[in-house]
Amino acid sequence: MYVAAKGGERAIVNSYRLLAERRRGDPAVPELEVRQIREQLRLAVDRVMTEGSLYDRDLAALAIKQAGGDLVEAIFLVRAYRATLPRFGHTQPIETRAMRIDRRISAAFKDIPGGQILGPTYDYTQRLIDFTLAAGGSPAQAIEGIAPPGETPDVAGILGTEGLLEPQTPATGDPQPMDLTREPIEFPAARPERLQNLARADEGFLLAMGYSTQRGYSHSHPFAGEIRYGRVELEFVPEELGFPVVIGEVEVTECQMINQFAGSATQPPEFTRGYGLAFGHSERKAMAMALCDRALRARELGEDARSPAQDEEFMLSHSDSLEASGFVQHLKLPHYVDFQAELELIRKLRAAAAITESGA
Amino acid sequence: MTIRNEDLMTQAQDVPPSAAAGRGEGPAPGDGYNFAYLDERTKRMIRRAILKAVAIPGYQVPFGSREMPLPYGWGTGGIQVTASVIGPADVLKVIDQGSDDTVNAVNIRRFFHRTTGVRTTERTGEATLIQTRHRIPETPLAEGQIIVYQVPVPEPMQRLEPREAETRKMHALGEYGLMHVRLYEDIARYGHVSTAYDYPVMVNDRYLMSPSPIPKFDNPKMHMNPALQLFGAGREKRIYAVPPYTKVESLSFEDHPFEPQRWSDPCAICGARDSFLDEILMDDTGSRMFVCSDSDYCADRREMKPAETGGQE
Repeated sequence: MYVAAKGGERAIVNSYRLLAERRRGDPAVPELEVRQIREQLRLAVDRVMTEGSLYDRDLAALAIKQAGGDLVEAIFLVRAYRATLPRFGHTQPIETRAMRIDRRISAAFKDIPGGQILGPTYDYTQRLIDFTLAAGGSPAQAIEGIAPPGETPDVAGILGTEGLLEPQTPATGDPQPMDLTREPIEFPAARPERLQNLARADEGFLLAMGYSTQRGYSHSHPFAGEIRYGRVELEFVPEELGFPVVIGEVEVTECQMINQFAGSATQPPEFTRGYGLAFGHSERKAMAMALCDRALRARELGEDARSPAQDEEFMLSHSDSLEASGFVQHLKLPHYVDFQAELELIRKLRAAAAITESGA
Repeated sequence: MTIRNEDLMTQAQDVPPSAAAGRGEGPAPGDGYNFAYLDERTKRMIRRAILKAVAIPGYQVPFGSREMPLPYGWGTGGIQVTASVIGPADVLKVIDQGSDDTVNAVNIRRFFHRTTGVRTTERTGEATLIQTRHRIPETPLAEGQIIVYQVPVPEPMQRLEPREAETRKMHALGEYGLMHVRLYEDIARYGHVSTAYDYPVMVNDRYLMSPSPIPKFDNPKMHMNPALQLFGAGREKRIYAVPPYTKVESLSFEDHPFEPQRWSDPCAICGARDSFLDEILMDDTGSRMFVCSDSDYCADRREMKPAETGGQE
């Protein structure tokens, strides 16, 4: 006689244990410490913080460890944790001109006020596997340059003074943007909402969509006006004080993409902008984000919007790795009932088709 | 809905989780997480959405869906709704595909047991709160019960018009020609509507609604049901509801009335002829049997008349 499979609970608990064993790997190999991940897998930590929408290096490192290196899973852990945290308020807008710069380049000008600073980058490494790392060699000491004092003017601002680049000023009254993590997005979405969505969007998705804009699916002639990476101070205005106090600093990567704009009936030709910002050192993400941001401004700028990257609902509804990963993988859940219903239907349709055939 | 006392609510305000994160087995009561996991402010936000949904039957209310410790698409909407209405006195039943035993149902039941400590049950009649995926129990629901559906795609017209800005307009105007044309095309092509589950319904003569992917067999149970029916879609950030004793009509045409599924065989275990049956493959030669998808209903019937398995209804 048929007995339905039971014991799901025991199976689940046992699967936790198996997972923990797999995560640990060979016990003869020393266990990875969270601080090792934090210090030595910095870029993974940066991505988890960016897409997890939570700046906490230790927590991101722990999540990476717990997820066995699966970054989307780590992002999930961080987001689920974040969802339980209270929101005290918001900081003042960060001032990236006052960034303590570790790297800063412009592809639009050969030399720029404040200088080009190559900094730490994989760009000019020759991608040869470095076997000395496997042998435990220690790197040579870098020669420290002297950081220019004071603010570093941004390329966009310099172009702006000539009127060649669209100004970007807060809306009248500088209204507080909605918080995407607290309220559902509604379409059409305003740019602050779009940027929030893109900031926590899956890097792979943004990369592919940004890339598509370079291959004719919404060509926006981008130039990397400026990319800067470094530390910025965070200021917060406590209610009881009424003035801003510095509460810490975060590492960010900012990308100002400059794009051609042919002009319209009401506007003379000028350069327009796409903007990207990510926690930590995340240039690929920031650049792809800037490309997508610009493509999504098609409607606002009166451009033809025919490509997926310009389609707001398409982009914003499919950019989140958690939503995508969850829904794709939910196909692993039982669907016996739906499948049974479909099975019945197919049999019925086939039976009807057979009758028609034999009757003909 | 059970309202919790005030001091519990203030004490529970936004306690940051501490040691619990990263332990691997999820939160447990006393681990620093609030009762039913969500903080009270979030619950209040969700309850407001639920109240609005109840006031406008079938209308999809946007809400600030949170990342839950379970993946999107795995019942996060239903879980958030359940977490917002559950109280310490509730008795919870969780089913997936009609059964209390599937891994996903076990997992969600475990989650609520850990985070609330409420009593759980497999008996439909005993439960005050039932969270379900893809089925409505065979045992009729009663007044005072709440059934929470997990909804993957709340928009019934999404596959016809993926743009939400458009479908929202259609709902506002009560303009459902798109769906009628689709059903008509089915009839023209196959002679009948070829939708077997997630069969669209009209609620209270006003809003077109997805009943969630329940088989159309279950659709008639929604009509004038004495229980409160709540629907949560976490990934799509929507909540909707069918209040008790509300008209729920499956779309049809006068000359092509709505027809739920029927089986030629009764349940091989309990003999029921009135329940939705799962097909079970018995071996690799293709022999199969049909058994109730509602495991509680099937067990109940077996206990009540152990000798009869042939079915005489």
